[in-house]
Amino acid sequence: MSVTERTDVLVIGSGFGGAIPAYHLAAGGAEVVILERGPHLTAPDFTHDLRLGGYTRIVDLVQGDGITVVAGNCVGGSSVVYFAASLRAPGFVFDRRGSLGHRLWPSTLTRAALDPWYDRVEEALPVAEQSWDQVPYPGGLFAAACDRAGRTCNPVPVAVDLARCTNCNWMLNGCHFDAKRSMLLNYLPAATAHGAEIRPLHEVQTIAPATTPGYRYRVSYTRLDAGDYRLPVGAGAIEAKTVVLAAGALATPVLLQRSAPLLGGVPQAVGRYFSGNGDRVSIADVDEGKVRDLLGLERAPGIPYQGFPIGKPIGSMSYDRLDPATAEFTRFSLQQIYFPGITDLLAQATDAPATSWFGVRKKELRARWPSWLSVLAMTEDDNEGVFGPPPPTGSSTRVATSLCLSTLSYRPTANTLRGWAAADAEARAVLERDGLARVRPWSENAAGSVSAHPLASCRMGDDPATSALDERGELRGHPGLFVTDGSAVPTSLCVNPSLTIAALAERACPGIVESTAEEGVRARYGAPVPR
Amino acid sequence: MVPGEKRYGGDMAVAGAAPGPGAVQAGAVELLNLPDLGIGVLLPELALLVNTRALAYAATHGRVLPPTQPPFVALRFTDRTALAGELLTPGAPDRQLYVLLALFAAAAFDTAAHLHTAVAIRQRHPGLVWIGFPAPGADGLWRFPDYSYGRRLASEHPLTTVGGHPA
Repeated sequence: MSVTERTDVLVIGSGFGGAIPAYHLAAGGAEVVILERGPHLTAPDFTHDLRLGGYTRIVDLVQGDGITVVAGNCVGGSSVVYFAASLRAPGFVFDRRGSLGHRLWPSTLTRAALDPWYDRVEEALPVAEQSWDQVPYPGGLFAAACDRAGRTCNPVPVAVDLARCTNCNWMLNGCHFDAKRSMLLNYLPAATAHGAEIRPLHEVQTIAPATTPGYRYRVSYTRLDAGDYRLPVGAGAIEAKTVVLAAGALATPVLLQRSAPLLGGVPQAVGRYFSGNGDRVSIADVDEGKVRDLLGLERAPGIPYQGFPIGKPIGSMSYDRLDPATAEFTRFSLQQIYFPGITDLLAQATDAPATSWFGVRKKELRARWPSWLSVLAMTEDDNEGVFGPPPPTGSSTRVATSLCLSTLSYRPTANTLRGWAAADAEARAVLERDGLARVRPWSENAAGSVSAHPLASCRMGDDPATSALDERGELRGHPGLFVTDGSAVPTSLCVNPSLTIAALAERACPGIVESTAEEGVRARYGAPVPR
Repeated sequence: MVPGEKRYGGDMAVAGAAPGPGAVQAGAVELLNLPDLGIGVLLPELALLVNTRALAYAATHGRVLPPTQPPFVALRFTDRTALAGELLTPGAPDRQLYVLLALFAAAAFDTAAHLHTAVAIRQRHPGLVWIGFPAPGADGLWRFPDYSYGRRLASEHPLTTVGGHPA
C-alpha cells in the first residue's frame, strides 16, 4: 500500500523554473518539496570526460520528428549543463505577433516590465560582463571577422565567476570548478536552507485533483533506478495546495497531456506552439593563413588560431541584426559558440545534403578540427512544434542512456526558413569574406533541426485560444497550478533564453505565494536575493 | 561513417577508402557493445536489417554480390555510401535506428565515447589524435591559462545596454 504524503507546495523540476519559486516559497514560510527526475550531482562528480556514463547521466538528447533537442536531466536542470550566456531579450521580442497576427506575449510584459526581474536574477547568479581580454580565442576571431566585415560584436555576459574559471570548455559536463553559476550554487541551497526538500530520481507521471480536503492537487511519481533511468524502483503520491510545474519545455506539456483526463481537461495550447528558439548552428572551416593575413591575429608564434576547443564555450556575438525596425522573421543574433565532440557528426563537408556529413571528405574536415569556428544564430521561428499523444510514462521514451524519443514534431514554416536563410547569409557574409572560412550549417539530415533552447510548449499570453497560461503563469482553469519553466515563454527570444526563463520565474513568485497563502498557508513574499 | 584504412590484408569489412584510422579502429564496435549504452543485445538484429537493405540495394542497382560475405560488406565503398545516404534520409523507414548507429560510430571517433577521455589521450586514441584534441594537465583536468587574444577586436553595438545586453 502506498502512503500519500502532503505538503504546502510541490515543485516539479529543479532548474531555473523550479529552483526560483522553491526558494521564494520556502523562504516565505511554506513547506516545499521538489521532485526532480534526474540525479543529484555536485562539482566533484562533474568530470572532464566524454565517456558515455559520465555527462550522459545529466544531459538528454531528445529526438523528435524533424527536431532534436538537448536538455538537462539532473538537480539544477539545464542550469547545470548550460553554457551560461545570460542575456536580456531585445525589446521587440515582447511585441512579436508571429503568424497569428496578434501580440503573443501578455500585454503587461515588456522589456521594461521585465527589467527589474532580470536585475534580481543577475544579482543572484551573479552575471558578469566579460572584458575583451576575457573573451577566448574563438570569440576573438569571430569579433575580428565581424569588424572586418563592417559589423559590431559584443563580449557576451555570462553567469560565470570569471576569476575562478579555467576556460576548460567542459560546461556541458557541469562545472568541476564551481565557476559556472548554476542553481546548485544559489537558489537551491537557499531553498533547502529554508527547509525545502529536494528528491532526485523522482519522475512525475500525473497531476490530479487531491482527495484530501484543503489540498488542491495530487501528484503521482515513479522513482527511477540511479544506474538506468529506464527502470522504475518505486512509486508514490504527494498532495499539495500549490503545484509549480517546471519540468522543462519538453516535459511540462507531456505531463499535462497525460493528466488532462484526470484534471477535467487542459487548455488546447498545451503541447502546441513549441519553439526551438530558432536555433541554427553553422560550422566555419577557417583558413589559418587568412586569419593571420586578413585579421592580423596570432595567438602563439606561427599559430594564428587553432583555438576551437579553448575557452568558455560562448565568447562573443553580434547584435547587428536585432533591429526592431526590420520585419519579423528576419531578426536574429549571431553568436560564437563551441559544441562538444558529440556534435561533430553534424558538420557538413560538402554541399550534397544526403552524404555531406559523413565519408571521406568529412574525415578530411575533421583533420582541421582545431581550426573550426561554430556560430549559433537565434532567429524568430514560428512556434510550429506540436507534441503528439503522451508516451505511457515520463515525457519521452528512453531508448538508451541519455537518448530519448519524443512525440514532438517540428516542420519549419516558410517564416522560420526565411529567418534561417537570412542568418546563413549573414554568417557567410562575415566569415567567408575574402576566403577567411568556408561556412555550412549543421546537417538537417541526421537529426532534423537541433535546439538547445526548447520553449513555448505551454505558453503564457492574453488569448486563451493560443496560450495555456494567464499572464501570472497559472494554467487556465486550474487555480494553484503554475508553470514557470521555458515552456511558459511565448516565443523565441533571439538570444539564449536562460536569463529570461529565470526572470519570468522571479516575476511569477509573488502571485504563487499569494495563491498559496489564500489556501491557508502562512506564506509571505519578500525574501531577498539569495547569496 | 568515418572511413579508414584496412586493419590487415584481406580485411573485407573495412573498405579502406581513406588513409589513416576510421571509426572501426577508433572503437565503434566496442562502443556499440558498451554495457552503459544498453543496445549490445540488439546488434545482431540491426546487422540483419542493414544486410537486408544492402541486398535490396544490390538488386535494384544491378550489383552482383559474392555469396561468401554479408551483403553490406560485399558492396563497394561508393555503394555503401550511397546506401547509407538513402537509409539516413529524412522519411526513410527505420531511419531513427540508422541515425543512432551513425551517431555512435562518429562518437567513437570524435569522442572515444567508450573510454575515459584522459585515458584515451594517454593511449593515443586514433580519433582524438586525428582531430587534434588537446591533452589534459597532470591531474587529468583541462585548463587553458592562455586563452584570449587579449584585446578589443570589434566595436560593441551602439545600443548596448548596461550589463552588455541588446536593447
